[in-house]
Amino acid sequence: MIEYLNILFAEVYKILFLLIPVLVSVAMIVWLDRRVWAFVQKRRGPNVVGPFGLFQSLADALKYIFKEIIIPASANKIIFILAPIITMTLALISWAVIPFGEDFVLADINVGILYLFAVSSLGVYGIIMGGWASNSKYPFLGAIRSAAQMVSYEVSIGVIIINVLLCVGSLNLTDIVLAQEKLWFVIPLFPMFVIFFISALAETNRPPFDLPEAEAELVAGYQTEYSGMMYAMFWLGEYANILLMCSLGSILFLGGWLSPIDLYPFSLVPSPLWLIFKILLLFILFSLVKAIVPRYRYDQLMKLGWKIFLPLSLIWVVLTASYLFYFNLLPTN
Amino acid sequence: MKISRILKTILLIDFLSGLFIAIKESFKTKKTLNYPFEKGKISPRFRGEHALRRYPNGEERCIACKLCEAVCPAQAITIDSYEREDGSRKTSRYDIDMLKCIYCGLCEESCPVDAIVQGPNFEFATETREELYYNKQKLLDNGDRWESLLAANIKADGPYR
Repeated sequence: MIEYLNILFAEVYKILFLLIPVLVSVAMIVWLDRRVWAFVQKRRGPNVVGPFGLFQSLADALKYIFKEIIIPASANKIIFILAPIITMTLALISWAVIPFGEDFVLADINVGILYLFAVSSLGVYGIIMGGWASNSKYPFLGAIRSAAQMVSYEVSIGVIIINVLLCVGSLNLTDIVLAQEKLWFVIPLFPMFVIFFISALAETNRPPFDLPEAEAELVAGYQTEYSGMMYAMFWLGEYANILLMCSLGSILFLGGWLSPIDLYPFSLVPSPLWLIFKILLLFILFSLVKAIVPRYRYDQLMKLGWKIFLPLSLIWVVLTASYLFYFNLLPTN
Repeated sequence: MKISRILKTILLIDFLSGLFIAIKESFKTKKTLNYPFEKGKISPRFRGEHALRRYPNGEERCIACKLCEAVCPAQAITIDSYEREDGSRKTSRYDIDMLKCIYCGLCEESCPVDAIVQGPNFEFATETREELYYNKQKLLDNGDRWESLLAANIKADGPYR
């Protein structure tokens, strides 16, 4: 019994050791997002709370905690409360398989990428449930839009992942990173990286694809009826998802925790720092895009997903496969 | 023409040039003020928080003529008057409901003795509603606090009145 408890506690500590930094970095990333956005528009952004305004998100979170949670009278209470919980849980459990270094991963499962893909596909449930249970028109329309959008872009992300898997020969994320020791996949698969980045924007409902929460037409989309801590949980889940997409992008294409050059000053830097650096780089690109690109129209969004990205990535799968087969480069194991 | 446009779309030329401009602009000087630590210049004619002024000898300027009360479009001002021992007419009560006030400046314009003025202060937010029902004492205190600025503003704006 005691032994069992010891193992349990050890696991719980490990999970907390992963989750607390993730939650803190989500708070920091919200600050970074607002700050980059402000800088592009020549504003200052949050700069009062703490050094450079770093604690702004903590102050916001504190405010959300003390606000009243309002549940609309006509809402389906159980699903309404469950929706933000599902969104945040799904955003956090995906972090279990992200490798921060060799043997520095919580769950080193051999189908890590499938697990990530499955969990991020489930993410749409939180939004749909929230939109449906609110029993009000704007959340409902927002939820429908986001369901259609996430499903369509999931398809092209899946096909892009197949591209990478063809080159690696393994579904394990650690193996995927180790396969890039000689050459990062961003170089041979550059068009796929671009499409992955744009699909990730759509997948996480970021501008220019933030139709589910387009404030000009849908108030706040599926979040309209939410308030207080439940709104904050949607918000946390959304940013945790963005961070996850950034880390997925850096693991699949930018060589994960590997240093760009295996030379003396670069190889001294601990491997998690390289991953964090790459995630930050991708995230800054995410927020720059938010600042410069206008919102897509709904039909343009669907056209881009189904008529351009999907055929392009499918063609690229055929190209990659035939190239690897012809030159006998297929990974064997 | 058509091919160059297709190439432009595929290579994301417009997007990349936009990104480049965004990065370039983000390092330029900021156009906004660092507000609580840095404030914009305000005109001498600015209509902010009200104040009741005194003469340099400490006598209240207000003669309880009630012109401001009559002219106030929001009916935010309430005045009661009495006769002092020396025969002069003074206010026993001078209340302004700052929540009703629309900051139009008519009270200041109607005042024959420059007693009620709207000063340069605009940061008087409070936590309760009651704190914004100003009475005579509060207004006189405001006048004492801002007197140097108020006098300078009235002098600067005088030629244009």
